[in-house]
Amino acid sequence: MENRLTKHITTNYQTVNSKIMTDTSNNWLAACRVEDAVENGGVCVKNGEEQIALFYFTRRNEWYATQNECPHRKQMALSRGMIGTLTDEPKVACPFHKKNFSLKTGECLSGDECSIRTYPVKVENGTVYIAVRP
Amino acid sequence: MIYGLIAPGYEMAEVLAATLCAQNKSFKSFDMSTKLKLIGIDVASFGDPFINEPDCRTIVFENKHKRIYKRINISNDGQYLLGGILIGDATAYNLLLQTSVNRIVLSENPEELILGSRGGEQDGAGITSLPDEALICSCEGVTKGDIYNSVIDQGCETLDGIKKYTKAGTGCGGCMPMVKDLMLHTLKAQGKYVRNVICEHFNYSRQELYDLIHIHQLKSYNEVLNILGQSDGCETCKPLVSSLLASLWNEMILNKGNDTAQDSNDRFLANIQKGGSYSVVPRVAGGEITPEKLIVIGELAKKYNLYTKITGGQRIDMFGAHLNDLPFIWEKLIAAGFESGHAYGKGLRTVKSCVGSTWCRFGLHDSVSFAIRIEERYRGIRAPHKFKSAVSGCIRECAEAQSKDFGIIATEKGWNLYVCGNGGSKPQHALLLVSDVDNDTCIKYIDRFLMFYIRTADPLTRTATWLNKMEGGIEYLRNVVVNDSLGMAEKWEAEIEKLVDTYKCEWKEAVENPAIRKRFSHFVNAPEEKDPTIEFVEMRGQKRTPEWKIV
Repeated sequence: MENRLTKHITTNYQTVNSKIMTDTSNNWLAACRVEDAVENGGVCVKNGEEQIALFYFTRRNEWYATQNECPHRKQMALSRGMIGTLTDEPKVACPFHKKNFSLKTGECLSGDECSIRTYPVKVENGTVYIAVRP
Repeated sequence: MIYGLIAPGYEMAEVLAATLCAQNKSFKSFDMSTKLKLIGIDVASFGDPFINEPDCRTIVFENKHKRIYKRINISNDGQYLLGGILIGDATAYNLLLQTSVNRIVLSENPEELILGSRGGEQDGAGITSLPDEALICSCEGVTKGDIYNSVIDQGCETLDGIKKYTKAGTGCGGCMPMVKDLMLHTLKAQGKYVRNVICEHFNYSRQELYDLIHIHQLKSYNEVLNILGQSDGCETCKPLVSSLLASLWNEMILNKGNDTAQDSNDRFLANIQKGGSYSVVPRVAGGEITPEKLIVIGELAKKYNLYTKITGGQRIDMFGAHLNDLPFIWEKLIAAGFESGHAYGKGLRTVKSCVGSTWCRFGLHDSVSFAIRIEERYRGIRAPHKFKSAVSGCIRECAEAQSKDFGIIATEKGWNLYVCGNGGSKPQHALLLVSDVDNDTCIKYIDRFLMFYIRTADPLTRTATWLNKMEGGIEYLRNVVVNDSLGMAEKWEAEIEKLVDTYKCEWKEAVENPAIRKRFSHFVNAPEEKDPTIEFVEMRGQKRTPEWKIV
């Protein structure tokens, strides 16, 4: 129950947060060109010390970005994971132990408590941008 | 009173919501039966676990050797189950809880509830004896009747379907085995053929999908998904379909579109290790290697600071390579005459051999030459799981051929071929398929055996398990492979021949193809930079990975 409440609050807080970020113009990281991204898979984007996994879900024509680190064993690996859907929820499976995370909310779909950070993504003139903290 | 369980939590939330809406509802005591998910030991209690004689009669089972304790409390008339405690083995929890909650009249021998029936095994009798109102999922309040109806009336024929429709199993998930049994039982009772389907994206078994991909001549994962599946795939169907495509067409697995449908190791043609580095295993067919090649491995390992170890399959494994370094390492290996060892793929790993008659005073035949011939014939062929082989030059069996998926032992007259052995977690000796055959006959039978396995095994099933599930066992297999009882021999031999003819070293293709090679970098926006988070520590003069970070 407590877990559900926390999840609810986190999800909504992130939505508000991403709206703020969408409105700020100077914290969009130009990650790569569309053709450099991997179709129906992920690449890893360097943002200073931070590593971000960028997914081009070509089948759904959707872009997602999450932290690259899998919270389960702290491995920088999510960008190398297979993406897919669980009853229409887009997700990534960590290559290490196949923990599943929602690409939309970052929630762990394998029944664990851990979740991952997600970032808004936009594409303009063939360049992919990720909203990062200023 | 702290409840600490999800179901009373929901109940409390409802009371709170009702109170906030000015309705009158109060929280009453709650059934505290629960199965705890403690790591290492199962613990469960249900009903009234602490009631004592003379208010009840208790039946206690204790096995200190296996660290199991079970106690059930039954009513003095022996009719009803009042409660109990399970420690060490809580598999019977759901059934005991239902028996207690629904006041199901006990049999003459209630001890069977915790000891199991001795004689006259009644499969699934547990579930069928439950009334429709039996609560299966206590988190979400789903009854047996609800699940039954979801299968019959709503046509839910998968666990996901039932979960979605009834919400059963969406809380703690502890009831899922029971839900699955109920689903299968209901489907069977309906006279429905229960199929072993792959996942929510493909309503087919692996075997069905193999034939369909062949019939439709599909070449990419996306085509297969578009024509035979639904939605957008997952980590279960992607590697499975990729393996089928490779078994059927033997095309470069990293061609655009299929690259991201490969399991992580196949996608980077290397095995990912703790910390995110990769290992490099070149093929050393039959375990035979020249001093020149040993030097190349040594020099490369030194240059790229790799940990080296001899593998169980008579090869040399180099660990700790950065993703960015893989193409450079392989370029040099290929220039020195090495090729991919496919240690990352579900396919032939190694054909181990003893030194054989060229050196050994006991050797009957040249086991090394035969091992090399076999390894080069089946290298790179993708199968439902990895498979291993070995050739021994005499009955002393130094190559341990009887622990392999197919193993060959020299005899005075030729070779004995053994199949479906396995090391691993459940060791199993290989069984003799044929005796005293010559080289070509031996290979012909292996061709047929492998094709039969590739076409019919369930996903991720080794040959030993495949045989264990096969009706008729080794006799049936011998009939198919040796006597060609299915009339498939000619077709299978042709199929294998095609795979052998189309073999290419994947690493050679990867380093020579700029589009594929480009993918071997950690950062898309800083392709020259390696992952700075990869760390190593020193051990016995080499490096190793640090322990998993504490989570």
